[in-house]
Amino acid sequence: MSHYIPTTHEHDIDPVEGRMALIQGNPSFSEITEAVVRPIEIPHRRWWIAFMLSLSMLGVLGISLAYLLWEGVGIWGNNIPVGWGWPIVNFVFWVGIGHAGTLISAVLFLFRQKWRTSINRASEAMTIFAVICALLFPTVHVGRMWVIYWPLPIPNQMSMWPNFRSPLLWDVFAVSTYFTVSLLFWYVGLVPDIATMRDRAKTKIRRIAYGVFALGWRGSHRHWVNYEAAYLLLAAMATPLVLSVHSIVSFDFAVSQLPGWHTTIFPPYFVAGAIFSGFGMVLTLMIPIRAWFKLEHIITVKHLENMAKVILLTGSLVGYAYGMEFFIAWYSGNPYESFAFVNRAFGDYSWAYWTMMSCNVITPQLIWFKKIRRSAVALFILSIFVNIGMWFERFVIVASSLHHDFLPSSWAYFSPTLWDVATLIGSFGLFFTLFCLFLRFLPVIAIAEIKSVMPAANPHYVAPPPASKRKRHVTKSAVGVVESSDGSRDSEDSESAIGRGESSVSQSVKVVVSGAHEVKPAAADEAAPEKAADGHDEKEDADG
Amino acid sequence: MAKRPKVYGLLAEYETAAELYKACEKVRDAGFGAWDAHSPFPVHGLEKAMGLRASIVPWIVAVMGFSGAGLGFLLQWWTSVVDYPLIISGKPFNSYQAFVPVIFELGILLGSFGAVFGMFGLNRLPTLYHSLFNSDRFSRVTDDRFFISIEARDPKYDPERTRELLESTGAAHVEEVED
Repeated sequence: MSHYIPTTHEHDIDPVEGRMALIQGNPSFSEITEAVVRPIEIPHRRWWIAFMLSLSMLGVLGISLAYLLWEGVGIWGNNIPVGWGWPIVNFVFWVGIGHAGTLISAVLFLFRQKWRTSINRASEAMTIFAVICALLFPTVHVGRMWVIYWPLPIPNQMSMWPNFRSPLLWDVFAVSTYFTVSLLFWYVGLVPDIATMRDRAKTKIRRIAYGVFALGWRGSHRHWVNYEAAYLLLAAMATPLVLSVHSIVSFDFAVSQLPGWHTTIFPPYFVAGAIFSGFGMVLTLMIPIRAWFKLEHIITVKHLENMAKVILLTGSLVGYAYGMEFFIAWYSGNPYESFAFVNRAFGDYSWAYWTMMSCNVITPQLIWFKKIRRSAVALFILSIFVNIGMWFERFVIVASSLHHDFLPSSWAYFSPTLWDVATLIGSFGLFFTLFCLFLRFLPVIAIAEIKSVMPAANPHYVAPPPASKRKRHVTKSAVGVVESSDGSRDSEDSESAIGRGESSVSQSVKVVVSGAHEVKPAAADEAAPEKAADGHDEKEDADG
Repeated sequence: MAKRPKVYGLLAEYETAAELYKACEKVRDAGFGAWDAHSPFPVHGLEKAMGLRASIVPWIVAVMGFSGAGLGFLLQWWTSVVDYPLIISGKPFNSYQAFVPVIFELGILLGSFGAVFGMFGLNRLPTLYHSLFNSDRFSRVTDDRFFISIEARDPKYDPERTRELLESTGAAHVEEVED
């Protein structure tokens, strides 16, 4: 088998776990390597188109920032009272996007969710690039961006130190720690895969470039022992870290005295919103990638469905938070608070508020329908709505709370300028340019990790006979299968097909008892005819 | 003519994780010390089959993490209480409650440095050259093959007998690797 053709059937059963296989089509290890690495070795025309588009958007960012540096923050629509404007909206939006990557790579790792291995690499990359975009905005928003190092505790000519009682300073520490830890986590995961790239490299430049970053990795198990301990601990530290980051971002708002911001619900509400928006972005990115890179057997419909379920959960949490904010605004009896919320829903920014509500609360409820959450196209469209909705959430929080100050004489309406829009588009350009470069040079799927969750990775797994033998075997034994499975052949519904697949597949696994380990395949006690574990059930059904 | 190159050791190749696991048990029981297993991904439980001890990375992380948190507090306390005390919003100089986020973040940051750089340090990486890279077959270790290497410096090493041992473990291929 030189070339692996992905199949779409859903009847592949993991013979060790006894449940649906994470990777469809039962590919071998080298077929996994091949499927992931091939798009990197041969650039695709689609990649060039995407890259050029992103690069031109990045150019827009360059022009916007150059003009900003020349002219000052007056080019934006920021005014008094709306001093934060779009830059902070964009900052919170991008930091939030990043959170899904860490959730997938760290939280799902601690929960032993093996399906994460198909999507963690790309989502971690997304995290890093999103945080880069996020860090850009406060940097330029301060106006005099050449003194941006002032929040850092560096001895200076004023012999002053930063004010550690300010949430804005906590944010500096939280986001920069988050960026550093995410980058390290990503790199540690990449080392074995970069070694794969090094060992496959055809040109000298590639061999040296990948060779340097692979650090001389040689798959040594003495290394793997330390590696796995480090990876687990990084996951254990990244989990509270990711929760702290958006909590601290929410402190920027909640610790202030402003009605509409000064609420205790902000930290959990921001974290839920961050995961919600991040998973939206993961779907936006992964759905085209799995189609273009022909990775549908690795990032299966089941993976999309799982992510959709996270979106449904966090979207509902966000909806609950919106409701609870209103309830408390009324129940607290605070007239300023209730004014802020009535104004939010029915005032000048009601258009933005209802855009947010429909995108974030109503749209995700469609995921209750199985047809929608198993359709890549539907989820892609839905994920765009999630992205839009979450951007508007941050806009509503920033603009609607600020524009009606305590004194009606200082009320003002915020309208963005061309440069606000250009900077936002430009930040997407930065994000997509970095992501395109990632797709071009690094494996989009964690090859080593995905191999380790395949059935053949289990040290007690014995492989079925080779492919050539297997096919012959299946066609010949088809008659025998019909005889022995007493009439259950007649029903052709998918459920019984899966059931049969399970019982027959488990037979092909010979359990090797060695030391204290023992693998018990599911339904091993069921007597079924000898048959190979290769997902040919459908073919046999047709024969029968 | 140059001297015959020194021998690094023997390299045995296996096709599956299961074969590697069983072979490791045999090599372990034969009492070798300077040997290693190589695989494209961490084979679950192989450290038992090899008789390896648990990693000490967690201890490095604990020390680094707590030092980070301690340094975080010291930094904030020293700058706000000792070096330049400044009354801000009438709050006490030592507003330790407000110091918690930075203490936490610095603890995580240094703990992560401990995990990553501690792991690379223990593994002596980067090591861009290694004798095993002299073997052409070894390049498949990052794809789909499994290997055991036994070094010639091991006191139990004997070119003939060690080769026989490796062949008896069901290796698909055994070769001598130059240093």
